[in-house]
Amino acid sequence: MTDAPLLLAEGLTKYYGARLGCADVDLTLHAGEVLAIVGESGSGKSTLLGLLSTALDPSAGRVSYRMRDGILRDLAALSEAERRLLLRTDWGFVHQNAADGLRMAVSAGGNVGERLMAVGARNYGAIRAEAADWLGRVEIAADRMDDDPRTFSGGMRQRLQIARNLVTRPRLVFMDEPTGGLDVSVQARLLDLIRSLVATYGLAVVIVTHDLAVARLLSHRIMVMKAGRVIEHGLTDQVLDDPREPYTQLLVASVLAA
Amino acid sequence: MITALSSAISAPHADPVLAVRDLAKSFTLHLQGGLKLPVVSGVSFDVAAGECVALGGPSGAGKSSILKMIFGNYRIDAGSVRLADADAVVDVAQAAPREILRLRQHRMAYVSQFLRVIPRVGAREVVAEPLLAEGVPASQAIARAEALLDRLNLPERLWRLPPATFSGGEQQRVNVARGFIGSQSLLLLDEPTASLDAANRAVVIALIAEKKAQGCALVGIFHDTETREAAADRVVDVTRFSA
Repeated sequence: MTDAPLLLAEGLTKYYGARLGCADVDLTLHAGEVLAIVGESGSGKSTLLGLLSTALDPSAGRVSYRMRDGILRDLAALSEAERRLLLRTDWGFVHQNAADGLRMAVSAGGNVGERLMAVGARNYGAIRAEAADWLGRVEIAADRMDDDPRTFSGGMRQRLQIARNLVTRPRLVFMDEPTGGLDVSVQARLLDLIRSLVATYGLAVVIVTHDLAVARLLSHRIMVMKAGRVIEHGLTDQVLDDPREPYTQLLVASVLAA
Repeated sequence: MITALSSAISAPHADPVLAVRDLAKSFTLHLQGGLKLPVVSGVSFDVAAGECVALGGPSGAGKSSILKMIFGNYRIDAGSVRLADADAVVDVAQAAPREILRLRQHRMAYVSQFLRVIPRVGAREVVAEPLLAEGVPASQAIARAEALLDRLNLPERLWRLPPATFSGGEQQRVNVARGFIGSQSLLLLDEPTASLDAANRAVVIALIAEKKAQGCALVGIFHDTETREAAADRVVDVTRFSA
């Protein structure tokens, strides 16, 4: 366990015109650490994820990342080529809507292989074997490899998205409501898969969710957002079992027990 | 090295594994108009290696809250929870989240009253998980989990099943096994025998005795007198810490 953080955000602020997206967010994330960002719709959690993953430009503040060479770099100072390489290799992004993260008209194997080719893999047989291996790890049957994801169920699409992301062995994965809109039984399977992949590969994850049960199951630490600001953060079980802020108490009290 | 070791053994008052000082806790219920519920204040006690301390007092006295503060599950309003950490001492009250997670992996374990079930993960994997986190190879961790479940009389046909559908007593035995399997130096027990029959209570009492013999420090809440008398070396009465 090294003490140098993998991801560091300082004073991150985003305005959409006059409207506040998120304000003054500081965070650190270490290798292998899972951070959940929770809050209701409009709380700024997706804006924050966009800022961290460089999909959005901040109005103020900065994000730094410890590259594979061990050097912490300000992401705004990367060249476009460096940034794209980072996105394709060392980072993953799992979208809520699989169609945003997959190429829907390309076969499942192609979706996984494409990311390998983007980092220079050229041998067709090796790419296909690696893709097949990853489809297996996300529990997609080998005989579906040449089907395109339009023929897949929602849960399968999410698992394919995960395989596509993990094939390049990223160290950091962003997830935006990865289980949103799925049936509960499908959710449980996906959560268990994410949980075991995170542990096996020591992934650092920033996961946005409005589902406190998902946060509890997957994350080490949690940040609660309201109206664009982080109002409470800490160890996940501590924040959920002993919430301090009125809004966090309301969120925790609003969960229906099955 | 040899001198250091022998002096550690012969020292009459070795440093405690756990030193709790002036711990205070209250809850503010914002959904109830900011109602403030005092729980405990001035909680102070030590637990030495090889010692089992029972927290005594009626229900609502704050016994579980004290255990949860020690484990870092509840926030600490004031005071310190000093835990031996190899050659150093860490104050849980001041520790960052990552530090608390590390302490849970290597220094302290907690048997809660109820098992938090993880979908699709089998009982044996639930039990083996703390060992895997310590770096024990999977095959060894699973073998030790099976041995412990067997000792707690959990039928073998249940070992691979997720405990969601288990009875209360079966879930509690999975929870006990998960808490006892690791090599942490502090073990916190919240009514570990509440749903168990006499035979399994006896197994838990034997497990506690073995932990003590290995030099583990234990803090427990035991609702039945028989278990408390068999397991605990002394009782800390929590009512004197009422806030």
